[in-house]
Amino acid sequence: MAEPILEMQGVTAHYGRIQALKGISLKVFPGEIVTIIGANGAGKSTTLMTICGIVRATAGEVRYRGEVISSQSPDVLPARGLIQVPEGRRIFPRLTVSENLDMGAFFRKDEDGIRRDRDLVFELFPVLKERRRQPGGTLSGGEQQMLAIGRAIMGRPTVLLLDEPSLGLAPLIVQQIFRIVKSISEENKTTIVLVEQNANLALNLASRGYVLETGSVVLEDDARALLENPDIRKAYLGE
Amino acid sequence: MTRESRRAWLTFAVALGWFFLLLWPLTGIKADGSLTFDQTLAIFWRVAAAAAVLVVFWRLKRKGSFDGAGRGLATARAALARGISVVPAWIWWILLAAGALSYPLLTNRYGQDVAVTVLVYICLGLGLNVVVGLAGLLDLGYIAFYGVGAYTYALLSVNYGLSFWLCLPLAAALAAIAGCIIGYPTLRMRGDYLAIVTLGFGEIVRIILNNWMELTNGPKGIISIPPPSIYVPELEPTLHFVPFELRKITYAYYVILGLAVFTVVAVHRLNFSRIGRAWEAIREDETAAELMGVNTFLLKLLAYAMGAVFGGLAGAFYAARYRFVNPDPFTFIESAMVLAMVVLGGLGSIPGIILGALALIALPEVFRGFELYRMLAFGGAMTVMMLVRPAGLIPAKRMGQRSEERD
Ligand SMILES: Nc1ncnc2c1ncn2[C@@H]1O[C@H](COP(=O)(O)OP(=O)(O)O)[C@@H](O)[C@H]1O
Ligand SMILES: [Mg+2]
Repeated sequence: MAEPILEMQGVTAHYGRIQALKGISLKVFPGEIVTIIGANGAGKSTTLMTICGIVRATAGEVRYRGEVISSQSPDVLPARGLIQVPEGRRIFPRLTVSENLDMGAFFRKDEDGIRRDRDLVFELFPVLKERRRQPGGTLSGGEQQMLAIGRAIMGRPTVLLLDEPSLGLAPLIVQQIFRIVKSISEENKTTIVLVEQNANLALNLASRGYVLETGSVVLEDDARALLENPDIRKAYLGE
Repeated sequence: MTRESRRAWLTFAVALGWFFLLLWPLTGIKADGSLTFDQTLAIFWRVAAAAAVLVVFWRLKRKGSFDGAGRGLATARAALARGISVVPAWIWWILLAAGALSYPLLTNRYGQDVAVTVLVYICLGLGLNVVVGLAGLLDLGYIAFYGVGAYTYALLSVNYGLSFWLCLPLAAALAAIAGCIIGYPTLRMRGDYLAIVTLGFGEIVRIILNNWMELTNGPKGIISIPPPSIYVPELEPTLHFVPFELRKITYAYYVILGLAVFTVVAVHRLNFSRIGRAWEAIREDETAAELMGVNTFLLKLLAYAMGAVFGGLAGAFYAARYRFVNPDPFTFIESAMVLAMVVLGGLGSIPGIILGALALIALPEVFRGFELYRMLAFGGAMTVMMLVRPAGLIPAKRMGQRSEERD
């Protein structure tokens, strides 16, 4: 296989005295969809935040395109193609939909390219075009999730980190969002790291999966194998 | 009487009782220890009657008695709006400019004095708005930058004879540096901590001004600061330029008008720039902004520095206008006043803040007789505002003008 585009080696992270990550190691290869599943509080969000440098790794390394990024300032990473859609969407509620999208392209200077990407986002999510002048906070939950994903696309991600995009959404909307995630992966060759509690959906979309429990990776395998693993079926697929 | 209206009148009675309890200690307790009720009751009955009339109107409105009139009013307003939009915008701008420029010709010294004060506070309010309204960082010590600007001009002109026009950018630069000094340690703080530290910073600056005798001459202040001067051409004997001091209040008015226009244009441009959008993103969700590649550290520092610049400019003007500075005007209450203007007018809204400055400076001048109750009226007005217009007099428009897409 090729070199991993994103790699964590023995990464630990703390909130004050609480240790949230107890030595996470994982590899993500170019173009694949990898999912991280695990119960509430397992450390999935902390893992993504540590990759992005918002939470500082207290030991271990995060490598992106072969370079150690765990000591870099978080604001340089989006320009290098590492972009996260955080848990709970976290759009800017009082900025308009258009302004939210522009924030996604904050580090870019190529006006034409930005305009083209905005049209692309509007094509993916026509509802955002209709609502482009209204404050992001007035959108419904599903629309806000679309805005959060659209905002990330505006940065032309090489690796897109998605934290529980299905959280609190109706099944129909979740399917729509997963379809779009898939199309982003297929059309743009974007590498995707998908954190989910909805293990069934995530494992059906991804090629490989990691299972997190209280800050450690307890299992890693092909998504197919995980889907058929009886322990996983019992713990995460509700059987 | 319906249950709802009984409730309304009961609330009204409680509010009146409360008002009396607040009012009586202010007016009824004399310095010699005697207690009187006459004066208190005189004020109380008038306020009570006025409030009762308002409540009656409000009740009738709730019942729909004014629906006809309301509809008439709405059509009238729509017609007016149409009438206004028929005339192109640039005509309004010209009228506004003509009004502002001819103002000193139409008013007396007192009117000009009030206008100058209003314009100073517009500069301060818009500067503070960059920090509080756009970046969402509470700053309770903003007036310190006003002080830094004032002392910069005072010291440089008195000690080194530098001209006002040269001192303006210097005052702005020094205020910006002061902004960074306060900004730096507070960058990791939020909410209450930020409030306390900025409050402390404001006091520290005032105390330094008070105690650093060798530099600032302490509480006695600095006197005979030169007013701004310009060079005017003279033809005799040959063409040459002579300095002309802008001493009169009319000239001061034009100087601060220029500064205020500069501030409005600058803050408007900042507001609708990439940086302005990033500030608002930080205000909305700092972590999300960071995930979009915003260097939140640098941008917050920049917000403090840019906000301070306008305070510094206004401060330099202050020193030049009164030709005297001491530390007295740079107290917390002034910071609170400027903050009140920003909140009252509408966070992030330039026309709102201009209106806020007018409301808080010009109105008290109109009601000079009530000087004593100013703070009481002030608190009451703020409370009412927060209830009826929580986003300010003119809330900031959020219609996507900030987007590159303008169709
Ligand atoms: N800001 C925080 N401060 C303190 N503890 C936190 C914070 N965020 C998360 N934690 C703790 O870290 C652990 C991992 O949390 P998280 O990464 O959010 O889990 P997940 O995303 O898998 O639900 C949990 O025990 C949680 O309580
Ligand atoms: Mg989580």
